[in-house]
Amino acid sequence: MDETLVRTLIPAVLTVLVRRGADFAAAEDAVQEALAEALRTWPGQPPRDPKGWLVTVAWRRFLDATRSETSRRRREELLDAEPGPGAVSSTDDTLRLYFLCAHPSLSPSSAVALTLRAVGGLTTRQIAQAHLVPEATMAQRISRAKRTVAGVRFTEPGDVATVLHVLYLVFNEGYSGDVDLAAEAIRLTRELARAVDHPEVAGLLALELLHHARRAARTDAHGALVPLAEQDRSRWDTALVTEGVAILQGALARDRLGPFQAQAAIAALHADAPSAAETDWVQVVEWYDELVELTGSPVARLNRAVAVGEADGGPAGLAALAGLDPGLPRYVAVCAHLHEKAGDLATAAALYAEAARRATSTAERDHLVKQAARLNG
Amino acid sequence: MAKYLLLKHYRGAPAPVNDVPMDRWTPEEVDAHMAYMRDFAARLEGTGEFVDGQALSPEGTFVRYDGEGRPPVTDGPFAETKDLVAGWMVIDVDSYERAVELAGELSAAPGAGGRPIHEWLELRPFLTEPPTVTE
Repeated sequence: MDETLVRTLIPAVLTVLVRRGADFAAAEDAVQEALAEALRTWPGQPPRDPKGWLVTVAWRRFLDATRSETSRRRREELLDAEPGPGAVSSTDDTLRLYFLCAHPSLSPSSAVALTLRAVGGLTTRQIAQAHLVPEATMAQRISRAKRTVAGVRFTEPGDVATVLHVLYLVFNEGYSGDVDLAAEAIRLTRELARAVDHPEVAGLLALELLHHARRAARTDAHGALVPLAEQDRSRWDTALVTEGVAILQGALARDRLGPFQAQAAIAALHADAPSAAETDWVQVVEWYDELVELTGSPVARLNRAVAVGEADGGPAGLAALAGLDPGLPRYVAVCAHLHEKAGDLATAAALYAEAARRATSTAERDHLVKQAARLNG
Repeated sequence: MAKYLLLKHYRGAPAPVNDVPMDRWTPEEVDAHMAYMRDFAARLEGTGEFVDGQALSPEGTFVRYDGEGRPPVTDGPFAETKDLVAGWMVIDVDSYERAVELAGELSAAPGAGGRPIHEWLELRPFLTEPPTVTE
């Protein structure tokens, strides 16, 4: 049985329960129980209508869970109100579920956890493992998130940008743990793209696919970071690149540019180049100009300086750093790289060493230490 | 989310404001201190921010390789001169500001006279996996 396929049914099943009158938290619990039972029993007895099966079992579980006198009364009312069998899916409902799980009242980490659980159908244990926290902690994080959105009306659609931000966070959580969160983010973004026609949803999907395409080449056999210039481009997944580029082109053709489309365009230019040196760096700089224009983000300006260094040389790149806060993440590493390009190897070596001390990840730190050692050697 | 290590020192950190050694507290004050620490951990589990925490013995030993075929050399403890870690707690929070806020709360654990110790806690970020999107 394909577990991922089963999980794609979760949002629709959940929204049916909520529409029938179950509150969000109880409905979510019931759906998770139905999912667990499906995984247990389906390999032996596959149902003819998987979604209908899940709705029936989840609804029964929800009713079982409401046992007190008050809730028994409510249950009888709900049973009366229960619609007959038939088509239960609606893209609008699925969309509302995404919005609910990305609600602005949630902290980013809560929104990520709730999205993975309620939209993605992952178990609490899988989500806890992916984040390297105890299951009890993650259970609390999720139930607090559910309580936070309990009073939110399910009928109001939200802002697509908040949903995209959450999916992007999931994608960036990467590959550690049993569950591949990057692949999960792509799956959820695909579902979202099916439910809503929006150029930035397509932009995010394209960006994720283009980055995912390079995944195999980004680390060596020992898990060490391989910088873009040194990656074995034959290991890039050309099918994903082709798909990502096609989705991006469709989005760009609609002439409603947003930050995700601009970032995807940059990723597409990298994916398209036979080598780092043959990259169309002038066009990369132009897309960074668009991105800076759209977001005003200092991180975008920092990355733009790297591209300027490639297009016009180290001194031009260093000039592009002017006015940026040296405390920005990766600022010192970028500065080191541009000094090396400009031929000032002693300064570059010292800056690489400093950047290594400031690195926030082990892979990044190891890479920067090696850069310093290479120049000092 | 980002993980941080909160380090509590026996020695090596700057002196706390309410600087009375624990063995000079009343038993009730010690109980109140322990209860505060327990409640703090329980509260963080409730907010979904708790990862782990342990207390460490003050007695430690330094160990090093001493060459092929020889047993490792041991030395210490160096209670008089070395920094001693008393215990640690790992939290997983949304921001550095939240980590500082929580460390501040932990530093307010009651000590002698039932007043906060105001001890110094060391806050160290974990190195993480690199983000998927870098360039």
